Amino acid sequence: MSRIEFKSVRHAYPQPAGQSLEYALKEVNQVWEDGGAYALLGPSGCGKTTLLNIISGLLTPSEGSIQFDRDDVTRLPTTERHIAQVFQFPVVYDTMTVFDNLAFPLRNRGVPEARVSERVGKIAEMLDLSDRLGQRAAGLTADGKQKISLGRGLVREDVNAILFDEPLTVIDPHLKWQLRSKLKELHQQIGVTMIYVTHDQVEALTFADQVVVMHDGSVVQVGTPVELFSRPKHTFVGYFIGSPGMNVLPCSLDNGQPVFADNPLASAYPVDAALDGKLEIGIRPEFVSFSDSGIPVAIEKVEDLGRYQVVTVRHESNQIKMLVGEDQAIPAESPTISFDPANLRLYCDDWAVETGDA
Amino acid sequence: MRKTTNNKAWWLVAPVLLLVAFNAFIPLMTVVNYSFQETFGDNVFFWEGVTWFEQVLRSERFHDALLRQLLFTGMILAIEVPLGISVALSMPRKGPWVSVCLVLMALPLLIPWNVVGAMWNIFALPDIGLLGYTLNSMGFDYNFTQQPVSAWMTTVVMDVWHWTSLVVLLSYAGLCSIPDAYYQAARIDGASAWAVFRYIQLPKMKRVLTIAILLRFMDSFMIYTEPFVLTGGGPGNTTTFLSIDLVKIALGQFDLGPAAAMSLIYFLVVLLICWAFYTIMMRNEAQ
Amino acid sequence: MNKKWILPTLYILFLMLPIYGLLTMSFKTTNEILGGFSLFPQQFTLANYVKIFTDPTWYNGYINSLIYVVINTVISVAVALPAAYAFSRYRFLGDKHLFFWLLTNRMAPPAVFALPFFQLYSAIELFDTHIAVALAHCLFNIPLAVWILEGFMSGIPKELDETAYLDGYSFWRFFVRIFIPTIAAGIGVAAFFCFMYSWVELLLAKTLTSVNAKPIAATMTRTASTSGYELGLLAAAGSLTIIPGAIVIYFVRNYIAKGFALGRV
Repeated sequence: MSRIEFKSVRHAYPQPAGQSLEYALKEVNQVWEDGGAYALLGPSGCGKTTLLNIISGLLTPSEGSIQFDRDDVTRLPTTERHIAQVFQFPVVYDTMTVFDNLAFPLRNRGVPEARVSERVGKIAEMLDLSDRLGQRAAGLTADGKQKISLGRGLVREDVNAILFDEPLTVIDPHLKWQLRSKLKELHQQIGVTMIYVTHDQVEALTFADQVVVMHDGSVVQVGTPVELFSRPKHTFVGYFIGSPGMNVLPCSLDNGQPVFADNPLASAYPVDAALDGKLEIGIRPEFVSFSDSGIPVAIEKVEDLGRYQVVTVRHESNQIKMLVGEDQAIPAESPTISFDPANLRLYCDDWAVETGDA
Repeated sequence: MRKTTNNKAWWLVAPVLLLVAFNAFIPLMTVVNYSFQETFGDNVFFWEGVTWFEQVLRSERFHDALLRQLLFTGMILAIEVPLGISVALSMPRKGPWVSVCLVLMALPLLIPWNVVGAMWNIFALPDIGLLGYTLNSMGFDYNFTQQPVSAWMTTVVMDVWHWTSLVVLLSYAGLCSIPDAYYQAARIDGASAWAVFRYIQLPKMKRVLTIAILLRFMDSFMIYTEPFVLTGGGPGNTTTFLSIDLVKIALGQFDLGPAAAMSLIYFLVVLLICWAFYTIMMRNEAQ
Repeated sequence: MNKKWILPTLYILFLMLPIYGLLTMSFKTTNEILGGFSLFPQQFTLANYVKIFTDPTWYNGYINSLIYVVINTVISVAVALPAAYAFSRYRFLGDKHLFFWLLTNRMAPPAVFALPFFQLYSAIELFDTHIAVALAHCLFNIPLAVWILEGFMSGIPKELDETAYLDGYSFWRFFVRIFIPTIAAGIGVAAFFCFMYSWVELLLAKTLTSVNAKPIAATMTRTASTSGYELGLLAAAGSLTIIPGAIVIYFVRNYIAKGFALGRV
């Protein structure tokens, strides 16, 4: 087991002659601590899978280096990295039994047969596969096959990390939850580093201690689920995490106070007056409320989601979403709203303006 | 796919049924008719019962032709299938060369069979053909019109030349349908190249390989034109395969009764072997 | 490490050698051919090709072959389409037996059928016509076309049909306007294999023709046996038979590999 570190890793896939190189991964510096449970979250095409394949050695990055503890493994082939990976679509060796599937990685490495049976037995028990060891793997359901894929990673005692590439895509919804809890449980049992790629924020936030959010080939924020929710470092994080996502509204500055549509806003922390670039405020729908005075808005839509309602309001050309409790009345005439100063964030060119922890 | 029961679908199948039945049923009945009778022309027939069948089954000539046929088919399958798979395995999966390779490889498949025979005849002529000349000038005593061994080798190599590409194309199609994740998983599991072949590529190719072997078996068992043009079945009878022998009896000697009986036995042998092979493959699948 | 290209290259070289031998011989004079072996034509001549393009018995052979091959391909694919649809979408009385019976016809040795075919087509007075050969080749091409098309059609979700019927399409309008365009690739592959097997088959084509519909392949056989040793002419005629096949392969090059992979056993 080891700590994995990315140093200025960039990757571009080979392009047909004549086309300019486009980086699928733009400069990633990232440390994965030993034994951590990480989620790699981002929309399709943001570079998650590329990053994962670079860790496992299926891809060699165009630039930069990867270290496992202190060893540079950038050019090391997959087999020598001791990485396990579970793919989006379950991969099982159809002609083998469940037992042989689980034993395959060990036998390939010349582990004595007695030890193989011992390990396979143990892992099969962990994954509740013990009663199916003699069956042909081809006959299993998708979640069973995905368990075998996972088992082939767990069975090895030398793995540095287990990587998951959207492993629950083809699993039935009611089994997804089961399998995810199983993963979490396994992580606590064996303490191996796990990196879980997904585009589903619920999966990411429930699985991981640390969530790495990626956007357009870069890591935009690393943090605990709570941090990502309350202090998004980038407008993308604010927008991508939370449902509905954060409201991002244009603003200007007046004496260090943000001004949105001629309305000066109270803010919990003062800001340097000298900021160049596109200025925006971010406020989560949870922290927008109707008030006696404030920003005048027109109500566009009210969606009742049971315990609360999502209200879409408009101020000039800006749409704002807000969450309102189920029993709270929605003002009928000339409503005005206000933002909770403690949870108002200021963004300059999409990046959060940090002014110490005010 | 779930299918709905609908007997009106027969109307959609009717044209096919009509055309194939016309071509298969009437001629087959003619053959059956001949096989039980003796004729001296003028549409006068005498009932012969199973005499012809007994005669054919007991004749050494038929045994020899059948044996030659089995040997030939066995040899070409033993060469073409492994060779075809190896070529397909070493072909690139994508890139500009793939199309070029595929087109060049498919070329022999579309050459009329007698031209294949003629081409190899010209190619192998001992004094003026590229192959024959080269072999002889290298010190090999090679003359396929005189020596049975040379004739056999030439016929087998010709068939390998002609048909290996079919195995290549089918295996290649099977290989292309394997998702990348399988290869990646194998790398992560530390599988050797042999293990990848044995546990990923071969199982995934099984279906297309079954088709390839069936087609190659059927076609080689029916082979007529190419060896006929190349060697005429000789020297002597050494390359007289079943079809060549059949045509000799039917059209050469006009022994219609024995020819018909032999036809039926021949057809049954093909059907039986195909059925057996198919059943075994499918039973494996079902397990 | 990467020596993988060697095997395909050697294999292709092996495939090209006899074709090269044929081509060079077609550019040689008879005297040169019989005079001994040479790698390149010493006295380059186009006389053999000129002869083929000016002598009607020769060029008619090509035309005859192409005519019956095209007729056969059209008939085979046209009748196989609805049948393959039926096999891929419906369960009906005797469907499995019928499918297997169709395939058994692919296993019938043409040599078995040569004489009965001759009698059958003489009896219905179609002997020595293009249509006779085209129909005879249906024996093995229709089963093949049904088999390939059925494979392709099974890959198309049934929802496509159902949506179209919900949208008010009649069966035939749906079939022609929506379904056929959807499986265009499959039709291309099926047509390719029909063309191929009809183009290369000689035994039945020769048996069913004498003068008017005589295929090129039969003309060549006659030359080989009657006019002695006109190897140059034979080589030129042979070289020309490669061209239609090469053109067809070029058009379907992206589909050949998929053709049988999608067909089911």
